[in-house]
Amino acid sequence: MTNVIETHHLRKEYGEKVAVADLTLQIERGEVFGFLGPNGAGKTTVVKMLLGLAAPTAGSAQVLGRPLGDTAIRARIGFLPEHFRFHEWLQAAEFLDLHGQLLGLTAGQRAKRIPQLLNLVELADAAGRRLSTFSKGMLQRIGLAQALLPDPDLVILDEPTSGLDPLGRRLVRDVINQLKVAGTAVFLNSHLLSEVEVTCDRVAFIKEGRIIRTARLGALVEGVTEVVIQVGRVTPELLDGLRRWSSDLRVDGRRITMTIQDEEILPLLSQWVVDQGAGLYALSPQQISLEELFVRVVEGQE
Amino acid sequence: MWVIVRLTAREVQRRKLLWMALALGFVFVTLFAVGFHCVHQELISQVGMGRSELQIFVNFFLTAGLYVINFLSVMMAVLTSVGTVSGEIDSHTIQSLATKPVRRWEILLGKWTAYAGMLAIYMACLGGGLFLVVHLIADYTPQNWLGTIGFLTLEGWVILAVTFLGGTFLSTLTNGVLAFMLYGIAFVGGWVEQIGSLMQSEAAVNIGIVTSLLLPSEALWRRAAHLMQPALIRSLPSNPFGTASVPSPAMVVYAGLYIVVLLAVGLWVFGRRDL
Repeated sequence: MTNVIETHHLRKEYGEKVAVADLTLQIERGEVFGFLGPNGAGKTTVVKMLLGLAAPTAGSAQVLGRPLGDTAIRARIGFLPEHFRFHEWLQAAEFLDLHGQLLGLTAGQRAKRIPQLLNLVELADAAGRRLSTFSKGMLQRIGLAQALLPDPDLVILDEPTSGLDPLGRRLVRDVINQLKVAGTAVFLNSHLLSEVEVTCDRVAFIKEGRIIRTARLGALVEGVTEVVIQVGRVTPELLDGLRRWSSDLRVDGRRITMTIQDEEILPLLSQWVVDQGAGLYALSPQQISLEELFVRVVEGQE
Repeated sequence: MWVIVRLTAREVQRRKLLWMALALGFVFVTLFAVGFHCVHQELISQVGMGRSELQIFVNFFLTAGLYVINFLSVMMAVLTSVGTVSGEIDSHTIQSLATKPVRRWEILLGKWTAYAGMLAIYMACLGGGLFLVVHLIADYTPQNWLGTIGFLTLEGWVILAVTFLGGTFLSTLTNGVLAFMLYGIAFVGGWVEQIGSLMQSEAAVNIGIVTSLLLPSEALWRRAAHLMQPALIRSLPSNPFGTASVPSPAMVVYAGLYIVVLLAVGLWVFGRRDL
């Protein structure tokens, strides 16, 4: 499958400060990709480089098969910026019309697409209102409509739900699902992990400008598991042996908590503990949430 | 690029910038007309001036009015355009434009073209209004009056080129301060050159020329004023709007090149900077 985004050792420095240290990433066509990391991890800088707003210091990348900075390819990319500011003296429909013109859409295409999109983001009644009178949530929704204007192959959403109420968030989630069905790739920068959990196929965790882990979300939810083992006696040999399956081992009295990547190892694990004569009282696998994983990954516990 | 021109032109309209400036300009032209009419009547009825003397007076009055318009257009050029690039970079508004299939030079040049057009309309309305008032009241139309409007418009464009270049790498405030400082230097330099010319001080004239090279705004004003003045006025040493040292046509060519070079550097900086 062709990659819509492909980066190789992308790096961005601002003077002494390294915003993105080394980013190698592939995003497939039709994939919904979550880009996660704490504030200042370099997420927005990556987005800026992908869109040609900032030039990388080193490395290379291709977006929709074209090198960074290619102007024409932007007609196939939808973008909703994090710091959402548009020309607020424009009316909503006028604003979409202007962006349609910038995208090179014909008058006929614009006349058809703009009412559709205003309906989709539930702003049809506000078509003639100036953006300066819009609430933050309404601005975010008209911004989303703007990102969908070109009927894009790739949509980059930078914190799309930050200003939205629960209904607005559901709207964004529905839009992302529709894009997924239509085969449009989505690159989602978000802090709202519950949103990411229900919309994304794959996630990457970024910290200090580096990707520290990527994972398929299905595997995260179904496979990556935390196991709590209750034994009669904890010995150094037992702990050393368990480290074969997990580097993340926490001991609390006779309780050992560890994360494993694959549930298939559970029978093997229990057999091994029994063989050690440690006295296995309980072995209970527990699912960990994306939020829990996020905290562990960014705090360096994983 | 024309989408950006239209967007900027609509912004100027929507923010009521041009209308406000034109309304105040209309007030100025009206006041000028009333004042000029009264003084003109007085001179004809009481003093009984001859035609050539009267022409000197009318031309002087007209030049004074144009000087005010010249100053207003410089203010207008700086104040309206100073934040159009840096302000949009600071507010991230530029991101929604620069991520569209539009080249960076189209954004910058489109905005400049719209502001240049607005200044041309402003100057045509105010300058044209002044010439019309004088023509109706005193039945006098100075020579090269169209060229005078053209040079004053060119002066506004020079200032615009400065604020656009500054906007690509300076904050809005710094850019505004820089534009006014440069204008101030050119203004003082122009007077130093004038006085130096009368006193036959080559050093003073050279200072004026150097400041004109730094910003050819004052030089364009003097060229514009000189063009419309009859030979008799040009020879008067005590005329405050006189042009003892007239910038050569080469200075006009220089002003044109100045705009092109500043915009080219601005496009280069804007094309490479992170947004």
